[in-house]
Amino acid sequence: MDWITTVDHKKIGILYLVTGGVFFLLAGLEAILFRIQLMYPMNDFLDAQTFNELVTMHGTTMLFLAALPILFGFFNYILPLQLGARDVAFPFLNALGYWTFLFGGLLLNLGFFTGGLPDSGWTAYPPLSTEYSPGFGMDYYSIGLQIAGIGTLVGAINFIVTIVNMRAPGMTMMRMPLFAWTAFITSILIVFAFSAFGVGILMLTFDRVFDGHFFNAAVGGNVILWQHIFWIFGHPEVYILILPAFGILSEVIPTFSRKRLFGYTSMVFATALIGFLGFMVWAHHMFTVGMGSVANILFAVATMLIAVPTGIKIFNWIFTIWKGSLKLTTASLFAVGFIPSFTMGGVTGVMLAMAAADYQYHDTYFVVAHFHYVIVGGTVHGIFAAFFYWFPKMFGRKLNETLGKITFWLFLIGFHLTFFIQHWLGLIGMPRRVYTFLDGQTGWNEMNFVSTIGAFLMGVATIILLINIIITAMKPKDAEADTWEDGRTMEWAMPSPPPVYNFKQTPLVRGLDAWWVEKRAGNDAMTPAEPLGPIHMPNGSILPVIMSIGLFIAGLGIMHHATWASIGGFGILAVCMIIRSLIDDPGYYIDPAEIEGKEVKAS
Amino acid sequence: MKRLIPLTAMMMLLLTGCSVEGALDPKGPVAEKQLDLILLSLGVMTLVLVVVFVLFFWVIIRYRRKPGDEIPEQIEGSHKLEATWTIIPIVLLFIMAVPTVALTFNLEQEAKATEGDMVIQVVAKQFWWEFTYPEEGIVTAQEVYIPVGKKVVFELSSTDVQHSFWVPELGGKKDTNVGGRNVNYLALEASYPGTYKGKCAELCGQGHALMDFKVIALEQPEYDAWVQKMLTPAEVTVETELGAELFEAKCLSCHAIDPGMPSMGPNLNGFADRMFIAGWLENDAENLVKWIETPEDVKPGVLMPGFKDVLTREEIDEIVKYLQSLH
Ligand code: HEM
Ligand SMILES: [Cu+2]
Repeated sequence: MDWITTVDHKKIGILYLVTGGVFFLLAGLEAILFRIQLMYPMNDFLDAQTFNELVTMHGTTMLFLAALPILFGFFNYILPLQLGARDVAFPFLNALGYWTFLFGGLLLNLGFFTGGLPDSGWTAYPPLSTEYSPGFGMDYYSIGLQIAGIGTLVGAINFIVTIVNMRAPGMTMMRMPLFAWTAFITSILIVFAFSAFGVGILMLTFDRVFDGHFFNAAVGGNVILWQHIFWIFGHPEVYILILPAFGILSEVIPTFSRKRLFGYTSMVFATALIGFLGFMVWAHHMFTVGMGSVANILFAVATMLIAVPTGIKIFNWIFTIWKGSLKLTTASLFAVGFIPSFTMGGVTGVMLAMAAADYQYHDTYFVVAHFHYVIVGGTVHGIFAAFFYWFPKMFGRKLNETLGKITFWLFLIGFHLTFFIQHWLGLIGMPRRVYTFLDGQTGWNEMNFVSTIGAFLMGVATIILLINIIITAMKPKDAEADTWEDGRTMEWAMPSPPPVYNFKQTPLVRGLDAWWVEKRAGNDAMTPAEPLGPIHMPNGSILPVIMSIGLFIAGLGIMHHATWASIGGFGILAVCMIIRSLIDDPGYYIDPAEIEGKEVKAS
Repeated sequence: MKRLIPLTAMMMLLLTGCSVEGALDPKGPVAEKQLDLILLSLGVMTLVLVVVFVLFFWVIIRYRRKPGDEIPEQIEGSHKLEATWTIIPIVLLFIMAVPTVALTFNLEQEAKATEGDMVIQVVAKQFWWEFTYPEEGIVTAQEVYIPVGKKVVFELSSTDVQHSFWVPELGGKKDTNVGGRNVNYLALEASYPGTYKGKCAELCGQGHALMDFKVIALEQPEYDAWVQKMLTPAEVTVETELGAELFEAKCLSCHAIDPGMPSMGPNLNGFADRMFIAGWLENDAENLVKWIETPEDVKPGVLMPGFKDVLTREEIDEIVKYLQSLH
């Protein structure tokens, strides 16, 4: 019950991680299924429709329901600790964000139970996604993502306010950990990108459910309009996924190299620049749609420019290790493993940006290889690094290092085996999103087979990680506060896991890498910035769950043209909002004596 | 490092076992120029990768933690180094941007058809291709004939969903847009006679994977002969009379036989000389029966109805005989 009503950022963070993790397993399983289909030419393991559905669900789930929520989980848990805050700025909204994400995600996946999943690709190009996709599949997509998107937007706004307003005394923006910086820029990108997407899928919903004409060419609409709206969201979305991973690397590598991040200032500016340029390049996904040479050239050059700040980051990480003292734990293995894999994804990105050459790459397996190098080689490696790194902070236990390293190596090898070869497949003519391929084309059979074997290896690596988590959960909680010994940021200055109120007294920040500074100065705790006093805490609330259920019902009502259900669903939402506005919730206080008692008991 | 050895060995083994095809085996000037650009970028990017990999392996091997390590100096950064890895990439990008701009511009310029250019209209449909030769008055499907050594401008559009027209060996792709307002032009040329695989590159529904076509490049005289042949309809003989009647009754509502006649399904003029049924299945009697009986088994999502329960096997055989006489 506590978990349903909680507004504690740490618990919500864990909820995000668990839910995102489950969706990650689901989307991974979908990928394994369609890779089995592609193991042999003209295989009939899956039929064409099921294949299209699984591909669509894999992409959509991975991006919206797995990668982003997992990153949100880390933001939620770690950010307030790193900033020395009691919680995020709006704890109630935080809970609402989680629950709308969950129910939106459930709606998206409802097709597994009712039959008829989304099937037009995660890009949902009309008219394939409108007139040519009967059934409810694409309604689950547009309305499910709409609801989940509310959660993402609310979460992002919350992080922005938290970062701007809730930093501990002394923590200027330029003393903020890089992870917080990336969370900040990412959240800004989300606000702009997801707003555009929200409007886009609303238009899609109108076309599908209410016979709208936005994308109906027969009556004056335009299908290419959707592509612009989609990619003006879709390209920033990929930076939304990679920037936090950049942040994670910028925490993990310094910690395990015992050396401060090389070129902190340029890292901050590179992050901001990537975020900015990320909005200038959307049409590089549309080089073949016929925009004319001027547009193609402008977008090509703008895209190529992004390589500059990205390169700065890569070299800065390498030079953080330079003259440092690198300890290879599972966390740091994933972090350094990120560097070569992601760089390979980056260079193919530049190749794709060269419009005239992209006419050959576009919509082939070459693109599939490229974005998996950045998303799996980048984001997922970052997520694994973060998971091993912060697990002890969150759960008070260290994951098993031997099993962790096995996971790393299997995953790395499986990953390259799956995707490296796909560059080649694309160049010799294999389009993406094909449910089968003809026999007798030189090399196709072998390469597709190898690719599937690689996918299995990644699957095995993930299973070993699950075993690792189960084994670890059964061990006693014995992680130290500063588990990795060389923690630099403030979360390592508090017990693992931290108490509900985080720092007993708000800490004073005396430099970049606040905790490292204190340790160097010979202190064994952060210097407090305030006297010990009663701590104000917010009360839990059941309203966020009920509101999300209301939205879920309304969404179902809309797609089924069930007017009463929609009114009912929105009614539930409205009533909850009224209750929330009218009833004062003063929260509660934890008094210092009690804290002292607890601390004594703990030690 | 060690892990890379077996991996690379395996890759090499695989790659040498593969023939080079598609974009890597250009058969016309467009694909050639694109391959040049690809190779240029690949060269520059390999250089970048080598630098990054060398630095990377050097630091992780050289600066691994050893027992007794001191706390390292907390280096803030280095303006010189940071400037280096800002400026060099800009230079490299410039080297790649110039030919990119030039070629992108050039290809678009070429695609504008001028007087005397040969134009073929391409209409993509779920899940087949219709080719119209407006000058000659020929409509055909799945297999498009072009003369060698001549620029051909393809006028691309679609009537249902978005598709994309791609002949890797001749050049990059362009989308076929619905709605009539965003018609695209793509100029391609074949330098050698041959049959080139064409593909739909944009997810367009269930049959997407099998939405193949072929571009057949012939020397000019042979091409002219093909045009003549297409303009001379095949005669119906006593042998094929029954089949022709059945065809007229059951199939003509969607298909056409007359040269130049558009129809809802593919125009079947000259069908006997098609290499493939539905763009990919070898064109012989047995397969043709299979297609007519259950087209859904050949290409999922196909819009042609199956005739298994409508016609008897004998009737289908008659139709097949007729189709095989359409030279
Ligand atoms: C150096 C940085 C990058 C560059 C220059 C770059 C460039 C490109 C270009 C030009 C395309 C279009 C290819 C095509 O469809 O023909 C593309 C596709 C894609 N990129 Fe990137 N990219 C970069 C980084 C990333 C990152 C960091 C991610 C994700 C974390 C990402 C994810 C994707 C995805 C998902 C697609 C495929 C979209 C689709 O067609 O469905 N990219 N990229
Ligand atoms: Cu198609």
